[in-house]
Amino acid sequence: MLRIEPGARHRVTVTVNGRRYSGFAEARTLLSDFLRHELKLFGTHVGCEHGICGACTVTIDGRAVRSCLHFAVQADGAGIGTVEGLARDGVLSPLQEAFRRRHALQCGFCTPGILISATQFLETNPDPTEDEVREMLSGHICRCTGYEGIVRAILDVAGDAS
Amino acid sequence: MKPAPFEYCRADTLDEALDLMAEFGSDAAVLAGGMSLGPMLNMRLARPAAVVDINPIEQLSLIRLADDAVETGALCRQVVALDSALVRDEAPLLAEALPFVGHFQTRNRGTLGGSVCHADPSAEIPLVLATLGGYVILRRKGGMRAVAAADFFDGIFTTVRAPDELVTALRWPRIDPMTGYAFDEIAQRHGDFAIAAAAAVATVAPDGTLSAVSLGLGGIEDRPVLADLAGFVGAPATARTASEAAALAADRADPMEDPRASAAYRCQLVRVLGARVLERAFERAGARPC
Repeated sequence: MLRIEPGARHRVTVTVNGRRYSGFAEARTLLSDFLRHELKLFGTHVGCEHGICGACTVTIDGRAVRSCLHFAVQADGAGIGTVEGLARDGVLSPLQEAFRRRHALQCGFCTPGILISATQFLETNPDPTEDEVREMLSGHICRCTGYEGIVRAILDVAGDAS
Repeated sequence: MKPAPFEYCRADTLDEALDLMAEFGSDAAVLAGGMSLGPMLNMRLARPAAVVDINPIEQLSLIRLADDAVETGALCRQVVALDSALVRDEAPLLAEALPFVGHFQTRNRGTLGGSVCHADPSAEIPLVLATLGGYVILRRKGGMRAVAAADFFDGIFTTVRAPDELVTALRWPRIDPMTGYAFDEIAQRHGDFAIAAAAAVATVAPDGTLSAVSLGLGGIEDRPVLADLAGFVGAPATARTASEAAALAADRADPMEDPRASAAYRCQLVRVLGARVLERAFERAGARPC
């Protein structure tokens, strides 16, 4: 059993994009805030903070989840994937490249979460239909693009992979 | 939009969790997937003294066959249930409803037990459990009980769970090959809570008449409700019977009214959705491989 008193700061160690990080969190600190404020990883964006908008989506142990509905202390020891881990040596991932080609972002606020969701989605479903892509996207809110470019970008990558 | 301070208690075993429930009672909030509790904490609609995190308790995640039911641990993730061959084969109504629950990203974390304990009147998982005549298994220090789903839900966000009890498992009665099932709902967007949801289970005798039929409705009243269709046992399993049964359910419904939908619109949805799921259940009855 682990008990953390209200207000107490607890050491949390996580692996983010393959690199170990350590910081302190209160029991109530959201994982999204821990990533940004404590680990200074600002790629993960925070929108609604109640699980609707999807901007804060990260992977925890390989699965896409809302980091605003997860406490940092719960993630101690976990492996986390964020948008910072998608590009390698300055080269965009195929999905990121498709987003650029297809104008799948304008302001870019929702983009980190969508990229993370779509990346895990394509790992489990490499050749989705357009309907399946749109259903996956229903877990995200984008106020700029009208989603058309996003759908095309994801289908581009799915087509390339198959 | 940040939670008020609370004491975080991570239970590594079921015994530890039950000790914590006994210690904190109604001052504790149980943290499973966090898909409902998280928003309530963030918006400070809930300000518990302690959050009891049951995620490390592996035995609460199991799915197993228990006699005439599929038993899922309270902590079973929705995505795991959706991918489970046992759920698909033995509790196919649940498998059909799960894609409507939130989104891929929330099903990765959200649990079956959490949804049942949260008791949102328009949630799909409680509706399926009630329609199947399932059970909620509760544990407390030195005690255990099984409560029928029909008796478990006590109103909006309210259940009969005592403050020191923990929901540990759900029992989903198996659907035999002579029994058909169907689930459907209407929501503003896919993954939203349903404006109205309907689940049907029907057994058709060899002569084509109904030997049992259930129609569960979600999003209509303050808890999942079962329509009283006893009068339709013995009726032919036809589209016309499906429409008549749904019309009766709509006439007897006492729907909620909210900014999304009027009571009259919800009644209309019961007619349409009810007939649709009953008809599909009739078609599937007897059509499944043994």
